[in-house]
Amino acid sequence: MSGAILEVTNLAKHYPVRKGIVRRKLVGSVRAVDGVSFKLMRGETLALVGESGCGKSTTARLVLRLIEPSAGSVYFEGTDITEMGGAPLRRLRRRMQIVFQDPFASLNPRMQVGAILDEPLLLHGMGDADARKARVAQLLDLVGLAPYHANRYPHEFSGGQRQRIGIARALAVEPSLVVCDEPVSALDVSIQAQVVNLLKDLQQRLGLSYLFIAHDLAVVKHMADRVAVMYLGRIVEIGPKDALFATPRHPYTRVLLDAIPRPDPRRAERVAVPGGDLPSPLNPPPGCHFHTRCAFATDRCKTEAPSLREMADGHAVSCHHAESLPEYTVAQAAASSPAAAQRLALYAGRRARAAAVAG
Amino acid sequence: MNETPPLLSIEGLRTQFRIAQGLISAVDGVSLSVARGRTLGIVGESGCGKSMLSLSIMRLVPPPGRTTEGRVMFDGTDLLGLDAAAMRRIRGNRIGMIFQEPMTSLNPSFTVGDQLIEAMRAHDRTSSKEALRAKAIAGLDRVRIPSAARRLDEYPHQLSGGMRQRVMIAMALSCDPDLLIADEPTTALDVTVQAQILDLLRDLQEQSGMAIILITHDLGVVAEMADEVAVMYAGQVVERATGVDIFDDPQHPYTLGLLGSIPRLEEDRPRLLAIEGAVPAPFALPQGCRFNPRCVFATPSCTETAMTLRPIGAAHEVACQHAPVETMTERAA
Repeated sequence: MSGAILEVTNLAKHYPVRKGIVRRKLVGSVRAVDGVSFKLMRGETLALVGESGCGKSTTARLVLRLIEPSAGSVYFEGTDITEMGGAPLRRLRRRMQIVFQDPFASLNPRMQVGAILDEPLLLHGMGDADARKARVAQLLDLVGLAPYHANRYPHEFSGGQRQRIGIARALAVEPSLVVCDEPVSALDVSIQAQVVNLLKDLQQRLGLSYLFIAHDLAVVKHMADRVAVMYLGRIVEIGPKDALFATPRHPYTRVLLDAIPRPDPRRAERVAVPGGDLPSPLNPPPGCHFHTRCAFATDRCKTEAPSLREMADGHAVSCHHAESLPEYTVAQAAASSPAAAQRLALYAGRRARAAAVAG
Repeated sequence: MNETPPLLSIEGLRTQFRIAQGLISAVDGVSLSVARGRTLGIVGESGCGKSMLSLSIMRLVPPPGRTTEGRVMFDGTDLLGLDAAAMRRIRGNRIGMIFQEPMTSLNPSFTVGDQLIEAMRAHDRTSSKEALRAKAIAGLDRVRIPSAARRLDEYPHQLSGGMRQRVMIAMALSCDPDLLIADEPTTALDVTVQAQILDLLRDLQEQSGMAIILITHDLGVVAEMADEVAVMYAGQVVERATGVDIFDDPQHPYTLGLLGSIPRLEEDRPRLLAIEGAVPAPFALPQGCRFNPRCVFATPSCTETAMTLRPIGAAHEVACQHAPVETMTERAA
């Protein structure tokens, strides 16, 4: 279970921007992903976190070679896949799969669920008709659906169930790496919890490695072993989950933490979230990309781009002032009241007993 | 609680659809109220009827749906009794509404300014074009859109998701409504943008004293915003309490399930406390308490009698015979 399953070095994706109707003049490029490096260990979950437009989904697609990188390399299970093509790449695809964000758009509405799950098996030539049928039933069971669901169409399912189908489809060909691209962002909070629990169970049972894309750090805290925070195409902080949540070193990470709505109606001081949107990646600010929204920015940040440097074991940050930032602790929501805590404990107890009976 | 009569009070509202399987009630006997300057949070999963409730208030229920019973008392008049013209004068003028998807609520082929001015023109036939334009710029300023005059001539696709939602808020507020209905206003947005929008709504409420009905599935958002909370399940209100009590003294098992589902930053739980299963289809409602098939506290008697709200404390009502759950005798489950 040791060693890196995925090693990404200086990965970049630049989209050219052209202007003009007849003579398409190149006027610049959007640096969607701009020199990203990370490793994903076997059986581990690495979360990529950031706002829309920070390049996290582009990174995920680059890793799977669904789009071609402009520079950099991706090693999957020890082989460089950036130059690979044709049949070897197709064979490799079996080992790396993706779960998409939108469970409404990522399933073909005209295919029955059984056919949706059968298709990847067919494409990769896995087993004869009977074996595949058995495998579909097994997959449905794996994600908590019933065998008769195979004959239904996607519109007959709720969002949470559709996401289960998406997960089953990804697992059909027994991958070792699953890229989860915001798998729970489109779901209700209660359903989110079901899917997060399912993904964790499956990881344990099947020894999967997850690259988990999300914009919500609270969900990430429950899923990930390590977290990488991205801003405008670059990783600004990466580290083990506990270290990153206990001592977030980058001002942007702190902003993301402050922005999470907390289930505490008495939280007195509302944390001010810096105004403004993500700057355009076509024309990113010079120096540190984040300086336009950063409360700690100095003149140096406006001219000199910081590089990622290691602060503690495996915890790296790209900020000139990482050492001198004030102490930060996540604003603690008040603990649940005794009555609420007691009832939640009762709920949890019954839940566990029901699961034990069912299991 | 507060002495002033509520701005909006809904009594026994029922909205029904006739479909192939029979007559179904998307909203089934809901009573709620909200006062000026206050925020009522309505919480529940998709399909629990919370959006249909807001459409019923606005009388925008899509056919074949019909509001068949109840009253919607808004500032002394029953909205359900008004003729179409009178209702149009209230809609968008005295009651504003913002929707979940800022991407689809704006017309992509008109500029932001055109759409803002069109909304204002519907309720103001006398002002000059220039006056309305100035008002539109002021409106965008108010929702903190930088360089508002320039943005006015841009198309929706040129704006980010957060900006578009601000435009929607500006549009809803352009006629200074007394009541704003916000249906999942931040669900499609990044957490940072969500925090900005919620902050904006709080400030605007403080300035104008409007009432807000906030519809959401996220109790975290409710905690940030709501003075009073109604938890809805399968077309009915199952718990009503103040914003503080819903967290300190949650009574209904469904409320407990929603609370347990929230991933919390300060806790390290190996598993989230999910609610298994899904909201039942309105044509296949379970017998008795509608939550009983998903409820970990359910007993045989829960399948026999339907539950109605009963008071359990000051300004606190719950529709569960077992509440508070710690009084249940522990039997072998």
